[in-house]
Amino acid sequence: MSTAASVAGRRRAGLAAPAILCIAFFMGGPMCIMVFVSLVERAPDGGVIWGNFTTDAYKQFLFEENLLGETTLNADYLRIYLRSALLAGFTVLATLIVGFPTAMYIAMQHPRRRALLIFFLSLPFWVNLLVRNYAWLLLLRANGLLDQAAMALRLTSEPLNILYSNTAIAIGLTYSFLPLMVLPIYAAMEKFDFSLVEAAFDLGASRWQALMHVIVPGVKGGIVAGCLLVFIPGLGSYVTPVLLGGSKSLMIGNLIETQFAAARNWPFGAALAFVLLMMVMAAALLRAALLRKSRRAKSSNP
Amino acid sequence: MGFLEVEAVSHQYAGTDAQVLNEVSLTIQENEFFTLLGPSGCGKTTMLRILAGFEVPSRGRVTLDGQDILRIPPWRRPVNTVFQSYALFPHLTILRNVTFGLKMRGVAKADRHGAARRALDLVRLDGFADRMPSDLSGGQQQRVALARALACQPRLLLLDEPLSALDYKLRKEMQGELKRIQRETGTSFVFVTHDQEEALAMSDRIAVMRQGTLEQVGNPSDIYDRPSSDFVAEFIGDSNLLNAAPDSQGRLCLPGGRALGIRGDAPARVMIRPEALRIAPDGNLSGQVTDLVYSGAATRFLVALDGGEETVQIQQTSTEAAGISMGDKVCLAYDPQQLWVVAP
Ligand SMILES: Nc1ncnc2c1ncn2[C@@H]1O[C@H](COP(=O)(O)OP(=O)(O)OP(=O)(O)O)[C@@H](O)[C@H]1O
Ligand SMILES: [Mg+2]
Repeated sequence: MSTAASVAGRRRAGLAAPAILCIAFFMGGPMCIMVFVSLVERAPDGGVIWGNFTTDAYKQFLFEENLLGETTLNADYLRIYLRSALLAGFTVLATLIVGFPTAMYIAMQHPRRRALLIFFLSLPFWVNLLVRNYAWLLLLRANGLLDQAAMALRLTSEPLNILYSNTAIAIGLTYSFLPLMVLPIYAAMEKFDFSLVEAAFDLGASRWQALMHVIVPGVKGGIVAGCLLVFIPGLGSYVTPVLLGGSKSLMIGNLIETQFAAARNWPFGAALAFVLLMMVMAAALLRAALLRKSRRAKSSNP
Repeated sequence: MGFLEVEAVSHQYAGTDAQVLNEVSLTIQENEFFTLLGPSGCGKTTMLRILAGFEVPSRGRVTLDGQDILRIPPWRRPVNTVFQSYALFPHLTILRNVTFGLKMRGVAKADRHGAARRALDLVRLDGFADRMPSDLSGGQQQRVALARALACQPRLLLLDEPLSALDYKLRKEMQGELKRIQRETGTSFVFVTHDQEEALAMSDRIAVMRQGTLEQVGNPSDIYDRPSSDFVAEFIGDSNLLNAAPDSQGRLCLPGGRALGIRGDAPARVMIRPEALRIAPDGNLSGQVTDLVYSGAATRFLVALDGGEETVQIQQTSTEAAGISMGDKVCLAYDPQQLWVVAP
């Protein structure tokens, strides 16, 4: 039976077909190749030996063989992942603390002014990320602008030595990803009905209570979107740690790059990329599960 | 001195040059049902926003129980509002909406649930505690907004057209409920409405507003029987306003020369309500029926008076009206005591 609904459904599927094909071809294809690469033996000169299947690359992530041929736990790579997660998590927190009030401020302006402020917010995107990170390099380096300012204000007598540290990466990431936090929160705020805040005040809520009980739940979608938009690329960021981090503060992106280029170990590079993907997916699933649980808790216990 | 004193309050919204309120002064007593009545855009909501603390008036003073409240932020005023747009929190269940105010004040969970259930009972929504606001009809949402404000047990409750979305029957019921709640809790109500019938039925006193000024303040029968201006006479109920001028003996007469039966020494506007006129063979006024509207219990006629351009409305019970049709010549009688000189 060909009902009107099924015809409409088919037509809609037709509309989505180009996008689906693009994703399948340009994203699904390479991913399959990468899975494959991570599961075969490496060739000594780079590349892989097709057909020789092995899980060595994944073992290498956690274990190493010492000179005696024994397998021992090696936490170096895990540490890099942990550092990346912490840095990305910090970036989320910092951009949220700075970005939330910014988004709220913009949303409460006159519509014409809002457009102007959003334009300013997107201005940095007009300059390449690399160039912007170089600018931070100049600001943060020993005796750079920041040090000079701090010394002129007599906050410190010696250079702060911020460059080439986790601190420098955190600053750089926060700066780079701030607009990605502000924009989705702003979009949610713009739709938010601020008369609800008046209702909260009327019912005795202080400013802080109104913020936590009314505004934050009202723009929760924007906050979650902003956190994901910052956390995921933050986890895999490459340029910022290369320029602002030292050799001791590698992040996942740099590690993967090293494996493909300098170390010529494609299977391990591919395996590292997949572990990252699994971690991101686990985080997303965890979030979905928590959301479902909190929703159930809310409906059963008001 | 009253419970709530509004002294010469004027207000102008920032960035506009129109004066929305102009030197408004009001005194509201404890446990009083006070109504602000006026056409759309006259400043009723603005007045409530000033009382609730969302607007600071450009000039004037507001005291509650002798205390100047203009400096107190809205969350510390013992005042709650039922908003014209309901403003229910969309992410909270009905129960949580109603307990919100008590939660903000740190009331224990069991107590606030008890209070919320009672408030929901009061507005006849006891079965709706676990629903979300978006699942409710407009009238139900309006009642939740009412329950939410009542649950806080304010000393002064501001209601911005709280019954406008209800159907006729429910509105009548809720009017009775509101009146009862107000009496039992001893709360002062400031009630805003467009609906003059509702205002007359519920209020202890009514303030009629017009373009940011108070036109008249008084109890319902003052307002209805003794309006101070044409505006009030026409806004509250139907009325006939006749131009009259004194003759040489000081009797007020219509332009056609017919004496109305009261005295006066200057040209005046004289009001008589349609229900005070009746068709009678020995009536003082005469004219011709030009229109006739049947509305159940009563029938309304338009009668063009002889000897002038004046047309009056009269209302008769439908049995009295039987047998009268368009174009008939009729005489109208009235008791001169029911004439009211609006503006001498
Ligand atoms: N935020 C505002 N900024 C500027 N002008 C406003 C604002 N709010 C209301 N006004 C103006 O103030 C006047 C009074 O508005 P108000 O909302 O008090 O009217 P109202 O009597 O409540 O009308 P209604 O019966 O339609 O609700 C109107 O002319 C309106 O345009
Ligand atoms: Mg209004």
